[in-house]
Amino acid sequence: MTGIRSPMSHLRQLEAESIFIFREVFAESEHPVLLYSVGKDSSVLLHLALKACYPAPLPMPVLHIDTTWKFREMYAFRDQIAVTHGLNLLVHTNREGLERGVNPFVSGSQEHTDVMKTQALRQALDKWGFDVAIAGARRDEEKSRAKERVFSFRAAGHRWDPKQQRPELWSLYNGRKRRGESMRVFPLSNWTEFDIWDYIMLERIPVVPLYFAAPRPVVERGGLLLMVDDERFPLRPGEVPQIRSVRFRTLGCYPLTGATPSTASDLPTLLQEMRTITTSERQGRAIDHDGAASMEAKKREGYF
Amino acid sequence: MVSGTATPEARSTAPALRFITCGSVDDGKSTLIGRLLYESRLVYDDHLESLGVDSQRFGTRGAEPDYALLVDGLAAEREQGITIDVAYRYFATSARNYVVADTPGHEQYTRNMVTGASNADVAVVLVDARKGVLVQTRRHSFLVSLLGIRHVVLVVNKMDLVDFSEPAFQAIVRSYRQFADTLGFRSVVAIPACAVRGDNVTRASDSMPWYHGPSMMEYLDALQLAPSDETAGFAMPVQWVNRPNADFRGYAGRIVAGWVRKGDAVKVLPSGRESIVDRIVVKDGDPEEAGAGESVTLTLRDALDVSRGDVLCRRDATIECAAQFEATVVWMHDEPLLQGREYLFRQASRTVLATVAPVKYRINVNTLEQQPAERLELNDIGVVELSLDQAVAFTPYASNRDLGGFILIDRLSGATVGAGLLHFALRRSQNIRWQAIDVDRHVRAAQKGQKGCVIWMTGLSGAGKSTIANLVDRGLVAAGRHSYVLDGDNVRHGLNKDLGFTAQDRVENIRRVAEVAALMADAGLVTIVSFISPFEAERRMARALVPPGTFIEVHVDTPLRVAEARDVKGLYAKARRGALTNFTGIDSPYEAPKAPEIHLDTTVLTAEGAAERIIGYLLEAGIIGSLDGRPEPGKAGPPPTVP
Repeated sequence: MTGIRSPMSHLRQLEAESIFIFREVFAESEHPVLLYSVGKDSSVLLHLALKACYPAPLPMPVLHIDTTWKFREMYAFRDQIAVTHGLNLLVHTNREGLERGVNPFVSGSQEHTDVMKTQALRQALDKWGFDVAIAGARRDEEKSRAKERVFSFRAAGHRWDPKQQRPELWSLYNGRKRRGESMRVFPLSNWTEFDIWDYIMLERIPVVPLYFAAPRPVVERGGLLLMVDDERFPLRPGEVPQIRSVRFRTLGCYPLTGATPSTASDLPTLLQEMRTITTSERQGRAIDHDGAASMEAKKREGYF
Repeated sequence: MVSGTATPEARSTAPALRFITCGSVDDGKSTLIGRLLYESRLVYDDHLESLGVDSQRFGTRGAEPDYALLVDGLAAEREQGITIDVAYRYFATSARNYVVADTPGHEQYTRNMVTGASNADVAVVLVDARKGVLVQTRRHSFLVSLLGIRHVVLVVNKMDLVDFSEPAFQAIVRSYRQFADTLGFRSVVAIPACAVRGDNVTRASDSMPWYHGPSMMEYLDALQLAPSDETAGFAMPVQWVNRPNADFRGYAGRIVAGWVRKGDAVKVLPSGRESIVDRIVVKDGDPEEAGAGESVTLTLRDALDVSRGDVLCRRDATIECAAQFEATVVWMHDEPLLQGREYLFRQASRTVLATVAPVKYRINVNTLEQQPAERLELNDIGVVELSLDQAVAFTPYASNRDLGGFILIDRLSGATVGAGLLHFALRRSQNIRWQAIDVDRHVRAAQKGQKGCVIWMTGLSGAGKSTIANLVDRGLVAAGRHSYVLDGDNVRHGLNKDLGFTAQDRVENIRRVAEVAALMADAGLVTIVSFISPFEAERRMARALVPPGTFIEVHVDTPLRVAEARDVKGLYAKARRGALTNFTGIDSPYEAPKAPEIHLDTTVLTAEGAAERIIGYLLEAGIIGSLDGRPEPGKAGPPPTVP
């Protein structure tokens, strides 16, 4: 074995690191679960998980926290992916919240997110007794995430305390915990939004078609272009949905997710378009505007 | 603008360069990184908009945008205006991708700096042009060198505040190099800059025509790291055994050194069993070979017992296995590292139990002086001896971070309490066997009719140690036994005459005496050591040098007021006057032994009585046979034998 070999590419390095993180979880945790939110990051996360365990099937269930307000295309995509990969797909909705009538239009983004996502996630983890939840959050998404560990420790009651986070040196991830404590694990910590798209292109990973431009019915509200995805959308007097060519940069609950006018209908044009983008990924999300350091407050409460 | 803004099309496929920024508080680290992000167009309009709001609320720059606020994330640190954790930032130029570890400058957060440095290739050390090289600058440079970083960029920031003066810059560079020359960096490049304005950060500065070197980003874009050693033997810690069914048994892991090909001969460490690589399995199809950094799954021709924590390596690899090490430890927890306590030791994919015994010394990170210590507090760095309950495969940290780096975990809480670097294996027991294989201590003992041992007498100055030691020695010699007294004062006239009374020298003083005592005991002598030896750690170190049962710790217990009242040598009076510092009992603590073999209360015992107690103990413990051939009262049974 001689001669100079070309070094691993940036994406292959990220891939190898993520696979390594998955395998740490396979080897060391008792009841892990893969959190799947149907977005592009979840697509990459699942793709890497399947590589990490190959040729074995995914040794953990996949959990979708369903607020009941996702885009219809997301539900269709989710169910199809579950069949394609033979996933053990678990879906949890906060029934109590639903019965109380919490909903993004009436309750506002903050309460909706807290009850239907944060609380729902805690309920689901407790219900099935998961001690490790793998999620697709990235450090480049938001300032408070830049300091998040790959193995993020949660005290009893899913509490995130910045002071209890463990130093992570080299590739030594410490996943030890006591009864009642848990871990959130983020294999995509070191990926950027660009990396995600480059990798989707490189590996031809299927994503929800909403990421690509198509004519869709939208109304403009509070500076956001909202898609009228079903009959639950309460149109205000005078509001008439317009058909516009739009796409989504991130996907969440449709009443809280702003669309971008775009004609990028495939990956190459989408990547082209991203060169000129001047707003951040989360700009289309209502929840991040709720106040300075709002993400940190959410994390303390258990939002991943 | 960063030389060629990153775009999806222009993006480099080169692996990311990881760098760490370090400097003191207010040197402008966060501002520098904020500017890099800003200029590489990774700051979006909505971020800038909130920056405008935040700048007015928290900013320190008046009406100008405060770039530091782009990177200071947690609410607590925004309020305090300091960075209190490691933040990772990502950006790219047309040349390469970057990961920046932004670490805090405050002393109490050394642990975060070490964490950030653990994965970095390059360190950017910031210095405020007005302040020059500070204690923190030295500390940070030492830490990054400790963690194996070989390239340093010295950014002399805030040049605008010294009128862009070249002599000011050169003076700082000279002072830095003087210090850094001792740290083993491969390259140190100095750049005068003004991060707030962007001068020499991403582009050449108009204000410093005397500087002809590259901007910081030009330099980093062009920096070539030494390629990973192509000849290094293949090594892969087994992370996970993949057994989906009875037909497949794969060993999953990330390769940490070298290359592996199908058909290569490999061995499993620590067991040493050998086999041949059958397949390299990845989901997209088996490759012919795989190299360092890749996550793969290997199958072997033979069914061996391989589990998580084992290391697969080339059959002729020189990777060692050992259970005892000298290592550097950085302590990261509020609860101090305690000698003798068990911690979980995690290195590569292996977790075993470790005990620290002893702490050899603490490194003063400001002066790099070695200081005696028996525990390590939060953010202390020390050199220790580590004893594991099982052997692990390793290489020194200097050769491979993945096989030489480890963390220590609290067994109860599971918290990561320390991190460390393995230096080399200790093989004391092997050496003794090797040196004394023909005439061993038992043979010598049989010849002399006694077991070699160390009687370690500890106590305050003036407690009566020397007097008692002298009496014991006389008694033994009179009875035809072989003994010797190592006296603190006497040893300082010869063996230790090069040592002074600094804390560091005192530890060395004790170490040498302990080693000499161990040799004498090995030669079969009853060796009496009469030393104040105030610290438990040193006495434990001395004890560890001889076989179990042959170290007799004698606490010559005299209350301070009694010893001070006697003051035979007039030393207490001197110490009280302040003419003598570091004097045990006055301005330096005495740690009484918790479980000495013999406790002598000199307020009730005479010196003669104390000596008798010691000789009685030697008889009872079978170290010496009965004196004058007379059986001891109550010990009439079989004559004492030498084992």
